[in-house]
Amino acid sequence: MTADMTNSNKDYLRNVDGGLRRAHLFDEIATATFYIVSGAFVLLLIAFTLYVVWGGVQAISPEIFSFSETGIGNQFFNTVYLVFLSLVISVPIGIAAGVYMAEYAPEGRVTNSLRIAIETLSSLPSIVVGLFGYLVFIIMVNTQWNLFSGALAVSILSLPLITTTTYDAFKALPIGWKHGSLALGATHWETIWHVMLPASVGPIMTGIILAAGRGFGEAAALLYTAGMSTDINWSVWDITSPVCPLNPFRPGETLSLQVWASRTEATSASAGDVAAAASAVLMIMVLVFSIGARLLSRHLAKKSEGENA
Amino acid sequence: MYNDSVIGVAAAEADMPIRSNLSFTCSHVNLYYGSFQALKDINLKIERNKITALIGPSGCGKSTFLRTLNRMNDLVPGCRVEGEIMLDGVDAYKDVDPIVLRRHVGMVFQQPNPFPKSIYDNVAYGPRLKGITKKSELDEIVETSLRQAAIWDELKDRLKKSALGLSGGQQQRLCIARALAVNPEVLLMDEATSALDPISTAHIEDLALELKKKYTVIMVTHNMQQAKRIADRTAFFYLGEMVEYGDTEQIFDHPQEERTIRYVSGNFG
Ligand SMILES: Nc1ncnc2c1ncn2[C@@H]1O[C@H](COP(=O)(O)OP(=O)(O)OP(=O)(O)O)[C@@H](O)[C@H]1O
Ligand SMILES: [Mg+2]
Repeated sequence: MTADMTNSNKDYLRNVDGGLRRAHLFDEIATATFYIVSGAFVLLLIAFTLYVVWGGVQAISPEIFSFSETGIGNQFFNTVYLVFLSLVISVPIGIAAGVYMAEYAPEGRVTNSLRIAIETLSSLPSIVVGLFGYLVFIIMVNTQWNLFSGALAVSILSLPLITTTTYDAFKALPIGWKHGSLALGATHWETIWHVMLPASVGPIMTGIILAAGRGFGEAAALLYTAGMSTDINWSVWDITSPVCPLNPFRPGETLSLQVWASRTEATSASAGDVAAAASAVLMIMVLVFSIGARLLSRHLAKKSEGENA
Repeated sequence: MYNDSVIGVAAAEADMPIRSNLSFTCSHVNLYYGSFQALKDINLKIERNKITALIGPSGCGKSTFLRTLNRMNDLVPGCRVEGEIMLDGVDAYKDVDPIVLRRHVGMVFQQPNPFPKSIYDNVAYGPRLKGITKKSELDEIVETSLRQAAIWDELKDRLKKSALGLSGGQQQRLCIARALAVNPEVLLMDEATSALDPISTAHIEDLALELKKKYTVIMVTHNMQQAKRIADRTAFFYLGEMVEYGDTEQIFDHPQEERTIRYVSGNFG
């Protein structure tokens, strides 16, 4: 037997049988399919972005970028401010809720019912959230449409995203990290703060990007909360004034609402151009925010993880 | 947050009773994971300034026993400990805060578990928890600890690099350094050298011999030669029971129990 094997041409090593050949073929087909599908998605995204941005470029005029009735400047500012406000509300609460669910809530009944509640919340149609916001933040408080109510409505939509990404990130951490920290005499909170949260920065940032995306793109939830008008006077910096840009308790139409309004109830001749430009700006904002957040998260991760070996 | 814990440690040290030559005294310790009994009536006195080896077949409860000593089993849902474990005459389960206990009883895990941080930050983690923030002081602790764990020369030029990029054996020695950085009085090592090459293993064994001058070392090992080489006392565990406990020479050369005889002679089946 041994003599036979040393003397032969080692054909048993060179031989590939039919079953293995089929498996290889299948492997290659599967790989190709995945490449094609993901390539198609990337192409679709690029084509869509270019289409929208090109439309915007053609509509460009100094008038459109102005901070006036017919421009999109004020709406641009309102969008940034609203997203900022909604993140200020939803990021701390969402992360705290996710950490609570992953680390403190008793396993089983409590976490399960919380999960169901959060999943229901995340699948609510945004118009329903908008009407809820209108009832609670506007009618019950007896006030006018304002940015802050809009930010609250968007927060209702984005909270579940941040909570679930935080929860999932914590649950995916190797248990050895937690045990290693506790065995060094760290408290549970010290372990969360110094080890688990820094290790979860990447996934949590994904949740924040998704949450911000909701804020940038949301229209239905803002119709009756942030309102469809904006009246800003850029020379008034008294925050209590209803025309001060930084007053969150003034009506604040955002870009996506403006797109919707210009396309549906256009009153001026340039409405089409306004919609195109606003769409393009919105798209670029979302891209810039996503890339910026990714870079920030990579920087934070590097700072806490140390450089790659 | 940091300051509180420092006060906690200082208070615990001030309260320490006069030291006997005993470190841990376990009486009638039973441990259950749910309804499964993993430790059965363990009675064991672990001596200060000695190396105690725990041997026994896989699944016999060595790691479980080690984890009762620093109360890491508290974290396992459904885990229940009965009996009494005294550390320096203080009941480790009734009279000591687990956080304080773990600062005095350090642990190196069976699987290396460095944090996703730089090598430096891994070692400095424990000292920082105790409130040490001075760079020079931390630098010194990091260097000393890494030297003790026989890994300083390999790592001194890449302290800022991620610990996750190290090899398994390097990670394990880093974890040893991390445990040493908080100056524990007792060091629990769960097969700390099973992933190491003979040279690093020899370093760690030398370290254990060095450490026992000041501290107490309790180590789980599957390596009989290692137990013979460095352990003063050896305990043989089998199916959750502690079958035999005595001086290492006695356990290996003149075991009393039938099961010990078979295990140390390699005729276990
Ligand atoms: N968290 C747990 N939940 C339930 N059972 C457990 C748990 N941890 C350990 N056990 C059981 O307790 C027994 C002892 O396990 P332990 O890990 O202490 O063994 P060991 O002696 O360290 O083995 P090895 O040499 O393989 O590391 C085993 O039967 C194991 O299945
Ligand atoms: Mg074990």
